[in-house]
Amino acid sequence: MIQKVTGLSMAVHEQLELYKHRYAPKPGNDTGRRVCIVTGIHGDELEGQYVAFLLGRRLKEHPEFLRCTVDVYPAMNPLGINTIQRGVPLFDLDMNRIFPGADDGPAVEYFAHKAVEDMRGADIAIDIHASNIFLRELPQVRISEETAPALVPLAKELNIDFVWVHAAATVLQSTLAHSLNAMGTKCLVVEMGVGMRLTRAYGEQLTEGILNLLRSQGFWSGETQQPRTPLVSKDEVAFLNAGAAGIFMPETLHGTHVRAGQVLGVIADPLTAEEKEVVTSPVDGLLFTLREYPVVYPGSLLARVLKQEVTA
Amino acid sequence: MKQEVLYALDTPYRQRMEIEGFRFGSGEKACAIVGGIRGNEVQQMYVCARLVQAFRRLEEQKAILPGNEILVIPCVTRFSMNVGQRFWPLDNTDINRMFPGYDQGETTQRIAAALFEAVKGYRYGIHFASFYLPGDFVPHVRIMNTGYQTASLGNLFGLPYVVMRTPKPIDTTTLNYNWQIWESNAFSLYTRDTDRIDEASAQQAVSAVLRYLSRVGVVKYNCHSGYMSTVINESTLAPVLTPTGGIFRPKKVPGDPVEYGEVIGEILDPLTAELSAPVTATTSGVVFFATDKPLVLEHEVAFKLIRRLHV
Repeated sequence: MIQKVTGLSMAVHEQLELYKHRYAPKPGNDTGRRVCIVTGIHGDELEGQYVAFLLGRRLKEHPEFLRCTVDVYPAMNPLGINTIQRGVPLFDLDMNRIFPGADDGPAVEYFAHKAVEDMRGADIAIDIHASNIFLRELPQVRISEETAPALVPLAKELNIDFVWVHAAATVLQSTLAHSLNAMGTKCLVVEMGVGMRLTRAYGEQLTEGILNLLRSQGFWSGETQQPRTPLVSKDEVAFLNAGAAGIFMPETLHGTHVRAGQVLGVIADPLTAEEKEVVTSPVDGLLFTLREYPVVYPGSLLARVLKQEVTA
Repeated sequence: MKQEVLYALDTPYRQRMEIEGFRFGSGEKACAIVGGIRGNEVQQMYVCARLVQAFRRLEEQKAILPGNEILVIPCVTRFSMNVGQRFWPLDNTDINRMFPGYDQGETTQRIAAALFEAVKGYRYGIHFASFYLPGDFVPHVRIMNTGYQTASLGNLFGLPYVVMRTPKPIDTTTLNYNWQIWESNAFSLYTRDTDRIDEASAQQAVSAVLRYLSRVGVVKYNCHSGYMSTVINESTLAPVLTPTGGIFRPKKVPGDPVEYGEVIGEILDPLTAELSAPVTATTSGVVFFATDKPLVLEHEVAFKLIRRLHV
């Protein structure tokens, strides 16, 4: 059942509306639990759109397997997706920096508040992101240190490649995931693919993972694939930033294992026709982030390599 | 006056981006002043440019007191300003959400790190800032409640209001917050405009800075004493939200007194110009902020009011 979560009157005879699709278990199958699948907070991240579609289709095909309520919010920032903008149009705001919002706050904070209140009480939430237009990411879950004990076991069920446990940053307290975790909903943040594109293989991988996670909790009785075993890292990640301006051309495939000293790509100057920098990996490891957008400035992130691979 | 390049960044397809600074006097680091960090902060850059003129004259008149160095950086991102974008043109990141920065990090983290390296360690830090909601303010000084702040110093600017803000998580990456953490007395000054030049409030801001620096013994400057500032906590400002979307027509401007229930604006239907809804004051007091958007959504901040303390 499609439900309207909240709405606001826009300037010229239009409503800004937030919708969710509620998939309810059949009578007698309900464990009373609820899972929220959330995506589209950043309007340029579309990978979650495919997951929302695939998951919804599976849930509609086999409602008899469902043992909990699943709420799918495909477009948390509908104006951003609609206008191909990462933030919230009109306000120049990153929506994932204003949670939990406020009932008496400005329009976007009010909108965020209504969304969070609608999710309040859910047992698990999965917030699906897609990096941005600049970087391509292997399917991964990012977890802050303080929530790792509760969340890493769930993340391992999600059929992703990598779990990144990172240090807490104060500014991240304004994210949806932080707000939901603070409210008692176990929220996992998924990053995968690249902005403004759909990577169908990743969408299919994560959809299987979500069903597997539901099954592990007793919320789905259908068959699922055996999930892949993710690498779990506690910040053993090497960052490679550009040292020169120009165009970056990768010379290594994303998602492959690289050796220290291996050439990952070059930065070239189209005007002088010269190579300005040869980018090499500082460590052995998994190339889980690789730049997709060619134009770079000094400092632009080119790649991330997982240094120490610890099999879970 | 010494004009110098504080930081330079190679960029593709354009000239190097440079952050230029102007130093006056010599000796201990007394005051660093930063203007436009964002590409639409034209008024903020202009105020700093006027300050460069003022300090040059004061220096010629030997009116910068010995042992004090002042640094003015009118524009941090001409790279954004020259193409009319508020944030960093490539990835739309906000440099004022990158402090204290990281010199090995992403581009805007590096710019923030270079700027912070240039301005940290000064006794006083003044940033001409802008708010994310477009509109007009009563000119004021804003100070973060970090535990390191000295609210009484804010009064010395002689502006009508000193606003104390309890930082939210998102504030912890601003210049103002990090200045204070690094033990500078940090102030954000808000004038009436951002992407247009307002001469009157620019002059008021220039006078406020010179007044302040005169009172703390950095410059010799004779001027009128300004306002006896009222200190208010930002959380006590009463928002007035739009009851519906449409064309917004304000009836009050910042500084105007209002009474509870008074109609202080109206929302018109955008296609018929009929009144859709009045906007009424939620408390008696003074208008502190008024949006200047002609079109509004429902639940937007139309006004912020300073509650009347006594009748």
